[in-house]
Amino acid sequence: METGAVAKTDGTPVLVRKKKEKMYVTTLKRLLKNKLAVVGLIIIIIQILMAIFAPWIATHDPVKQNLAESELPIFSDGHWLGTDNYGRDMWSRIVYGARVSLVVGIVSVSLGLAGGVLLGLLAGYYKKLDGLIMRIVDLLFAFPGILLAMLIIAILGTGLVNVAIAISIWSIPTCARIVRGSVLSIKNREYILAMKALGASNARIIFKHILPNCLAPIIVFATMRMATAILSTASLSYLGLGAQPPTPEWGAMIAAGQDFMWTSPHMTVVPGIAIMLVVFAFNVVGDGLRDALDPNMDLNN
Amino acid sequence: MSQPQQPLLKLEGVKKYYPIKGGILQRVQGYVKAVENVSLEVFEGESIGIVGESGCGKSTLGRTILGLEKATDGKIFFKNQEISNLPEKKRKTFKKEMQMIFQDPYASLDPRQRIGAALEEVFVIHTKMTKAEREERVLQLLKEVGLKEEHYDRYPHEFSGGQRQRIGIARAIALNPSLVICDEAVSALDVSVQAQIIKLLKDIQEKHRLTYLFISHDLGVVRHFCNRVLVMYLGSTVELAPSHELYANPLHPYTKALLSAIPRPKPGVKKERIRLEGDLPNPANPPKGCPFHTRCPIATERCKQERPEWKEVAPNHYVACHEVQ
Repeated sequence: METGAVAKTDGTPVLVRKKKEKMYVTTLKRLLKNKLAVVGLIIIIIQILMAIFAPWIATHDPVKQNLAESELPIFSDGHWLGTDNYGRDMWSRIVYGARVSLVVGIVSVSLGLAGGVLLGLLAGYYKKLDGLIMRIVDLLFAFPGILLAMLIIAILGTGLVNVAIAISIWSIPTCARIVRGSVLSIKNREYILAMKALGASNARIIFKHILPNCLAPIIVFATMRMATAILSTASLSYLGLGAQPPTPEWGAMIAAGQDFMWTSPHMTVVPGIAIMLVVFAFNVVGDGLRDALDPNMDLNN
Repeated sequence: MSQPQQPLLKLEGVKKYYPIKGGILQRVQGYVKAVENVSLEVFEGESIGIVGESGCGKSTLGRTILGLEKATDGKIFFKNQEISNLPEKKRKTFKKEMQMIFQDPYASLDPRQRIGAALEEVFVIHTKMTKAEREERVLQLLKEVGLKEEHYDRYPHEFSGGQRQRIGIARAIALNPSLVICDEAVSALDVSVQAQIIKLLKDIQEKHRLTYLFISHDLGVVRHFCNRVLVMYLGSTVELAPSHELYANPLHPYTKALLSAIPRPKPGVKKERIRLEGDLPNPANPPKGCPFHTRCPIATERCKQERPEWKEVAPNHYVACHEVQ
């Protein structure tokens, strides 16, 4: 109601700007009320900062070997997270690893979203395409997730780019289903009928009216999927299908460290904690977003 | 009201059947006959009320006229041109001429779109106006339906029911249509708001020479609002007459029963309430003969066999009943 008062004294332009922010601001405010989501958000922001400013944050070159200082424990001089069996600084590798997992996560989730949202929209809106698209999606669903990714990597070859592609393909069916479900429920609403009565084209209805109204589940899905994507990248790298040495990747670091479990447990524990924290953060934020974006709460406050 | 010779809208035997699919192969097993053989002429400037109980096909008829549903059979003429067989692309020009006001004003507005943007979109679709022109026109429209400029940037949920319906009306009249179909346009509103909206509709009609197809189940509102009234039962037309005539002298037993159900605010006056027995028959399996014979108090053997003809019994008074001469 404050905005109304502003509008009366300052004229409409202020009102326009105020109102434009409103939806995002209310969502953010609600998200910030959720303490767990705030913790998650902080972890995500730290990871993003680490990824962007890696060269400045890292204390050493992440791939430079120094056998004289190998397997130093945590809190050693100059290496506060210790070093691995080749004497590479663990902290620097973790920092650069944040970059790898974030980039792979973002790329694979956005590719998966692009495909999944498009398929979901088409399947939900056009009844004729529905059967065909959803059967293809069912086919993709028939494979267990990580196996499907391994199959795709087996075809494309190992490497982080292929891991991103594999994870994105694996994200498509889930995303398509979620979007199709929302489209099916939105498409029968009266405002879509009203748009048809006005003579709006199908493309306009799909992208200007249906897509914005099913954005909430898509945002939640994307956040949750980031967690899965990062975890899968680590898993595939652990299996040797993703990042190849000496790339500092968390999953690969665990794989390298497991031979030294008894002598230098920090080599597996530290990247393990990093993966756990990030996955936890994205899941918690996704949960928080789901509550914050709840359309009923959003519209009736 | 003087009626010009050429009707604005003409329906000839319009039918709308919905297939019922079943079984493993989704084969068509039967049809729900939502609209059965409706013929009607609507003249420019008049308001025709379409009444009947829920499920009688009045909304479907409205949607079929607009082209939201494709007619199964029959012809629809608009300004002397057949529009029922036009391909979707050519229909766009006619969509400008025919608009609809929906029952639930909240559900018919995109919750994520500001009112200004929603109204401007109409012009984006149909005209090549610039942003400034559109904005000006929208502000003008808002004023015309009794809203304020500051409402331009609000979301639908920030309005009351009556205000939302005003937005619905603004959207419907934005392109200066000649025919507006009001599908239960005031049914969801409070009585006091109803009166305001009806007054607004009437004012707009006078100003733009609009023709209304007023679909409603509220006989009181229809009586007040419409020049002619069409009564429907189970997808079929039952009676059509000028409203004063219909309300004073209903001929069809169904119309009589409907009218006797209007509550009258005079406690002293005793009136005879005609009660209809039984439920509305299943439209997937309508009774043979007159669709109303299962509930009709004066049904005869003939009604069970023969479908009554649609005939003019008095000037401009049409009835479909064997018992009315």
